[in-house]
Amino acid sequence: MPSPFMYASPEQVMRDRADYARKGIARGRAIVALEYSAGILFLAENPSATLHKVSEIYDRIAFAGVGKYDEYERLRILGIRQADLKGYAYAREDVTARALANLYSQVLGEMFTAAFKPFEVEILVAEVGDPGQESQLYRVMYDGVMTDEEGFVALGGQEEALSAFLGERYQPMPELAAAIRLGVEALRNVGESEMSAEQVEAAVLDRSLTRRKFRRLRAADIEGALSA
Amino acid sequence: MSDWNARSDAARLPSSFTDFLRTERPDLLPSPIGGVGVPIEATTILALRFREGVLMAGDRRATAGMAIAQSDIEKVFPTDSHSAVAISGAPGPAIEIVRLFQTELEYYEKVEGEVLSLAGKANHLSRLIRGNFPAALQGLIVVPLFGGYDSRAGDGRIYSYDVTGGAYKETDYYATGSGGQHAKNTLKRLWTRAEDIDADAALRMAVEALADAAEEDAATAGPDLVHRIYPTVYSITGDGVNEIAGGDVETVSRTVMEARGARAGDRGPS
Repeated sequence: MPSPFMYASPEQVMRDRADYARKGIARGRAIVALEYSAGILFLAENPSATLHKVSEIYDRIAFAGVGKYDEYERLRILGIRQADLKGYAYAREDVTARALANLYSQVLGEMFTAAFKPFEVEILVAEVGDPGQESQLYRVMYDGVMTDEEGFVALGGQEEALSAFLGERYQPMPELAAAIRLGVEALRNVGESEMSAEQVEAAVLDRSLTRRKFRRLRAADIEGALSA
Repeated sequence: MSDWNARSDAARLPSSFTDFLRTERPDLLPSPIGGVGVPIEATTILALRFREGVLMAGDRRATAGMAIAQSDIEKVFPTDSHSAVAISGAPGPAIEIVRLFQTELEYYEKVEGEVLSLAGKANHLSRLIRGNFPAALQGLIVVPLFGGYDSRAGDGRIYSYDVTGGAYKETDYYATGSGGQHAKNTLKRLWTRAEDIDADAALRMAVEALADAAEEDAATAGPDLVHRIYPTVYSITGDGVNEIAGGDVETVSRTVMEARGARAGDRGPS
């Protein structure tokens, strides 16, 4: 006998999907990004030294993802493809974070409404500006909602607690070491309070670098900043 | 996201930008279109190993038949942090191939999180040159030289190519293009052992070789002291790819050309 037709209102379906995605994201570890004097700093609690949450997309653009690894990894590669395709077909300066964030917003929005299950990820696309120009931080949620952030941004499970913590303490344009200290303090506050430098994944978009502005920081760099 | 198919992704090379273009945007691949009329040609390029790595140089002339098409063209291009390509032959398709090659190397590095091996880079360039073969048959030949520093092995290496894309590892030095044979003869005479050649000596050899090629080959330009146009020279070492400053190339070029002037001696104008 065929199963009877069950009605669920669109509101209910969307709510269920959002709950599902949020639960998945909450299981993962958080990321914070902070603007500092020379660019943008990314920090994440990450026990793996090789499976990254933060990575390079293009000259001045970086990507950070929280949630389900295979899903944000797909989105990362999609972004690199799109950026390299555009830079190859036109010119390097035509690749922008805004266009990439828009692409992610479209993809995630479509997955949220049309796919079998929504992606359990949140994405950050950041672009460091030239001296005197503003940097850009775009956050894209699991349902495609995109926001433009300023100063600092937190993603992932403990996002609200992190945002509250940073909101009270963040002063615009700290030096790198001060930004590292604040970011690590925030992560320790919501997660592993004994988190060591080796457990921190850290990277910067540093506008003083020549073409490719993305650089990973080593545990020693973190150690140095924390003990200063 | 419909292009995400695990099986087809494994069959192509998911870390290859060229493969991605081939399936998704073949119109953006360098197209091997045959030549009509007189093709423009970029002429003499060379590479030699020295103590710290590899030095690559090219003259600055492009010709179209008997005409000089450009007198300050660049023929050496950094392709990533530790490799560079020099081009001879038709500059149009050559520059397109170099751009795709540069994108490929960076794409691979970003996707995989580590750089392609030096042999991997050289083999990939083979594929790109082979793709140009139909155009080569119609006159638009592209023959590159590839040089890089192998961070894993800790040494510099040179690869030469033929029009079919065949890649050949060169142990000491190599030169190609219309004046390549003459430049190679000079390098054969001057080159001793990589360990004995420092960066200054390598630069001097490169300029001597290009000056000799220019004296024998009408399509190659020597150092142009009048217009102050000098060979493009890059060094590739453990520290990365660095262009030798124009001032340094100028100084060496003056020394080389003055030594030749002195050899003409008191003979007087002829």
